[in-house]
Amino acid sequence: MDFFRLTSMELEALRLSLWVSVWAVAASLPFGILAAWVLARLRFPGKSLLDGLVHLPLVLPPVVMGYVLLVMLGRNGVIGALLYKYLGVVFAFNWKGAALAAAVMAFPLLVRAVRLSLEGVDSGLEAAARTLGAGPVRVFFTVTLPLMAPGIITGVILAFARSLGEFGATITFVSNIQGQTQTLPLALYTLTQVPDGEMGAMRLCIISMLIAMAALVCSEILARRFAARLKG
Amino acid sequence: MEISVRRKQGNFGIDASFHGAESGVTALYGPSGAGKTSIVNMVAGLTRPDAGRIAINGLCLFDSAQRIDLPPEKRRIGYIFQDGRLLPHLSVRSNLNFGMHRTPAGRRFVHFDQVVDLLGIGHLLHRRPAKLSGGEKQRVAIGRALLTSPAMLLMDEPLASLDSARKAEVLPFIMRLGREFSIPILYVSHAMDEILNLATHMAIMEEGRVLACGNIEDLLSRSDLQTFFGRTEIGTVISTVAENPKDSFGLAHLRFGGRILKVQGIQAAPGALVRVRIPASHVAIALKAPEQTSLQNIFPGIICEILDQGAHFVEVRLDIGCALWARITRQSCLNLDLKPGLPVFALIKSVAVSLGASTRIGTPDFMTSCL
Repeated sequence: MDFFRLTSMELEALRLSLWVSVWAVAASLPFGILAAWVLARLRFPGKSLLDGLVHLPLVLPPVVMGYVLLVMLGRNGVIGALLYKYLGVVFAFNWKGAALAAAVMAFPLLVRAVRLSLEGVDSGLEAAARTLGAGPVRVFFTVTLPLMAPGIITGVILAFARSLGEFGATITFVSNIQGQTQTLPLALYTLTQVPDGEMGAMRLCIISMLIAMAALVCSEILARRFAARLKG
Repeated sequence: MEISVRRKQGNFGIDASFHGAESGVTALYGPSGAGKTSIVNMVAGLTRPDAGRIAINGLCLFDSAQRIDLPPEKRRIGYIFQDGRLLPHLSVRSNLNFGMHRTPAGRRFVHFDQVVDLLGIGHLLHRRPAKLSGGEKQRVAIGRALLTSPAMLLMDEPLASLDSARKAEVLPFIMRLGREFSIPILYVSHAMDEILNLATHMAIMEEGRVLACGNIEDLLSRSDLQTFFGRTEIGTVISTVAENPKDSFGLAHLRFGGRILKVQGIQAAPGALVRVRIPASHVAIALKAPEQTSLQNIFPGIICEILDQGAHFVEVRLDIGCALWARITRQSCLNLDLKPGLPVFALIKSVAVSLGASTRIGTPDFMTSCL
């Protein structure tokens, strides 16, 4: 039974991973919905540039993305210095930085899923709601958003899974500090580098698989429930 | 209702202007692609005209000169779409409430129970739109629009997506709307039977323009518009009021302009409005009042004009207290030496009863003989 007993390092990695992923998804969701809306509904010069920017983390090597974050948001980075000076916020080498790295890497997946569902929303229904006396903002929250729900769920699950798996950008941006930035994949990597680490690595591997499966099942159940609601 | 709009959409242009009735149903009639829906969308505020003015009962919704352009949610217009457009994630009750809750309580003159009763949708309230039939969906859509207590109703072919049984299910409710609520209704359709059943006024559209607008009887009796109504021949539409239910011979008496038209085969309550269409070929002309004839409907009148379109027939417009078209052979016209101003007698052989306001619903435009 000793096999199933997690060491404090592994437990910490698991806890931190979940914490970082939840924050990464929760904080990026409003921006993800906004970006999806802008890309799906608006026409403006430079739209393809924005589209490319949103999708950049999908095609760039994660290490490159992490390095960019380090340069921009590190304590002495262009933006990081300003954030520290005026807001007192530091991303470098703490869990917030890990969450930011995860959020940035997961962002394209989130936006793609949300945008797809938004494009599937019948704009005729929104027009009908307008004639019923609802202003554009109210229409968005009472009609558009509920009809996007299945896509938002898919996007959230995808982003959550991607966040849990984030490695390259995290280790480059916030390093591998146990209890601070050492998430599950980082801990697994560390365990493979030390003697006698195989057991721990195997445990973390199994845990990762279980979390991923649970997330998929959850998303499937929720998506079905929403589809059933729309079909009456 | 005053609508005057211009808008360019690709290589199709809308340039339409017409006046509708301040209450009751104004039909917007024309073939598919004439721009009817575009007009209605502009009235609702869903598309913006390039220029023009839209005003409903003195309330200006859009005026390019004065830079007025109310957003759709401020226009107080109930829009009933061809496809219903119920919100699929809400129950029927929530759909009905959606607009009502956005209307200040002080401005509501349509009440929930009243609408549910009128439309017979009480048993559907807990269902979701996906579980409704086409006719039920349209009734809920009508109720939802009514419950915003609108200043006007727009109906864009509300029956077009329904089969004839479902049409017959929804049509009576629309007919009742005009009577129960004094809201002007702009009713878009390319089905003349629906229009005859519902409308008092009509605007005829073709290729983005309004060809004619006005009182429906006048328009339907105009010789230059007949091809529009899918008629191969001219006819006269007269609005009449039913008198005593029936005489001892089973004939209904329909009063118009001080005269009585006797027809059989209709069931109209006294005082009901009955609209009849008299095809020109069912009207004969005599110089003297015929004696010993089986015909019941003989009206003295004067010839107003004779239309000779070079066929075997000529069309004669008579004034018998209202306009009446007769179609006779060219030979008869020569034999009788008909000319404008000549006093004659019009012999009506049969009429088509079109308006089923309180007669038979769902079987519009049936012919009845009154020989």
